[in-house]
Amino acid sequence: MSKKVLVLGETREGALRNVSFEAIAAAKKISGGGEVVAVLLGEAVSEFGNELVAYGADRVITVEHPHLKSYTSDGYGQAFMAVVDQEQPEAIVFGHTAVGKDLSPKIASKLKTGLISDVTDIEGEGDDAVFIRPIYSGKAFEKVKLKEDGVVFITVRPNNIAPLEREERSGDVSSLSVDITNLRTIIKNVVRKSAEGVDLSEAKVIIAGGRGVKSKEGFEPLQELADLLGGAVGASRGACDADYCDYSLQIGQTGKVVTPDLYIAAGISGAIQHMAGMSNSKVIVAINKDPEANIFKVADYGIVGDLFDVIPLLTEEFKKVM
Amino acid sequence: MNIYVLVKRTFDTEEKLVVSGGQIQEDGAEFIINPYDEYAIEEAITVRDAHGGEVTVVTIGDEEAEKQLRTALAMGADKAVLINTEDDVEEMDQFTAAYILAEYLKDKEADLILAGNVAIDGGSGQVGPRVADLLDINYVTTITSLEIEGETVKIVRDIEGDAEELETSLPLLVTAQQGLNEPRYPSLPGIMKAKKKPLEELELDDLDIEEDDVEAKTETIEVYLPPKKQAGRILEGEIPSQVSELVSLLRSEAKVI
Repeated sequence: MSKKVLVLGETREGALRNVSFEAIAAAKKISGGGEVVAVLLGEAVSEFGNELVAYGADRVITVEHPHLKSYTSDGYGQAFMAVVDQEQPEAIVFGHTAVGKDLSPKIASKLKTGLISDVTDIEGEGDDAVFIRPIYSGKAFEKVKLKEDGVVFITVRPNNIAPLEREERSGDVSSLSVDITNLRTIIKNVVRKSAEGVDLSEAKVIIAGGRGVKSKEGFEPLQELADLLGGAVGASRGACDADYCDYSLQIGQTGKVVTPDLYIAAGISGAIQHMAGMSNSKVIVAINKDPEANIFKVADYGIVGDLFDVIPLLTEEFKKVM
Repeated sequence: MNIYVLVKRTFDTEEKLVVSGGQIQEDGAEFIINPYDEYAIEEAITVRDAHGGEVTVVTIGDEEAEKQLRTALAMGADKAVLINTEDDVEEMDQFTAAYILAEYLKDKEADLILAGNVAIDGGSGQVGPRVADLLDINYVTTITSLEIEGETVKIVRDIEGDAEELETSLPLLVTAQQGLNEPRYPSLPGIMKAKKKPLEELELDDLDIEEDDVEAKTETIEVYLPPKKQAGRILEGEIPSQVSELVSLLRSEAKVI
């Protein structure tokens, strides 16, 4: 049976997030030939509608309201549930983002359905779709499905499901008016701490430093390389505990789990808890003075050497060829 | 203040996993309090010490989980509750856990409920917000700072690396992110005292829950380990030539740049 699937589209710094296009691709699979309806919530978001259609949404519903300017679970919850009431979807897909993680359990609770979060792959289509998700931060995987009839609800991890080819298509972009009331949370301010706007969870390239970075300043050559490659800087728990960087950069079983195309680990020994957070990266490069370091066991390419020699050379070499 | 902390017993982060018969083997593994729940316990104790009241830690599991509850009591929690589902629930998912916890909490008039933002085993991060929705109270996830001033609760939360500052009010459920605090180690007197603190054990019957009410909505079909990575290549030669070899490999062989 084909399904009608709702997808939550998200914007960040005035542009749609890649994960929203990936979510549409996931929704297409689940729909089994049914309809994919993208939903945009915000203060002024209708301009993004056509782009979601170009990436595969059949139509788009926008809910615009001053109370949706910043995300709150109350505001977004009321708006999204109004769309659910109107559309009666058989499946829902969110990105596994800050918003998706916060909002999806509330919606799943209201719909009294299961929620399969942090999905990295989908096997089968339509009613036969089975979802693969990492457990123990990627030390293992599980295949999960919804047990009985009900709304199939998943969140997809950024960077894992390939978006559909962009093509010029036409699809209806309509607006739904929703009365948003009684917000219990008031957002006062957002302090930007992430550098250069490249988010770790969506970064295609990550340059991560460990204890071997030795100081806050030691991260500078890593940042320079990350900037050149359009990537983000991450860190091991050791580097965070030593106060070389903010905890928001931590990658591992406590911290963020990432799956970039390229992960360069510099001065990271490779504790099990760190490797859980990055070992599913597509290509791993390890740079470490200690040839016995554990990190070399998961690395595709290794250089035994001092990161302060290797990283600047690497930056120079990339500059030559890019 | 009436404070509850939702905790989960999890594998130690340094444990390697063994899968056999489609399940993760638990024999001989070390278990800990889920690290994010430790931040929640620490914060609960801090709030109680500043504003008065009582901290109750609650977990779902079997008798094995008593050890983690005693650890929480030794850290400074006042009371512990084990909801023992060993005989009643075969398969549990986030819906099941949230339903049971909400049924337990619904008449407790909790001012503040804390939990970890995610458990390091299942990693879904759903149970906290689901419980809040069932209790019809507000929730804020991934918090890194909590200040209670009268009716107002000031919170900073981590949103993908940025810090969002917000205000809300009690009753409230929050989930802890790393950076919220530095959890204390149980002291020896704390461990001695913990032995005498109340630890209540409940079953579904005690909460008037029917087994059918908590049947899992999702089903795990298979659990497996990721494919073993082939041993990588350690480059050789002078560092500058290794570096140029690496760049060309990343471009031509791995094709990631």
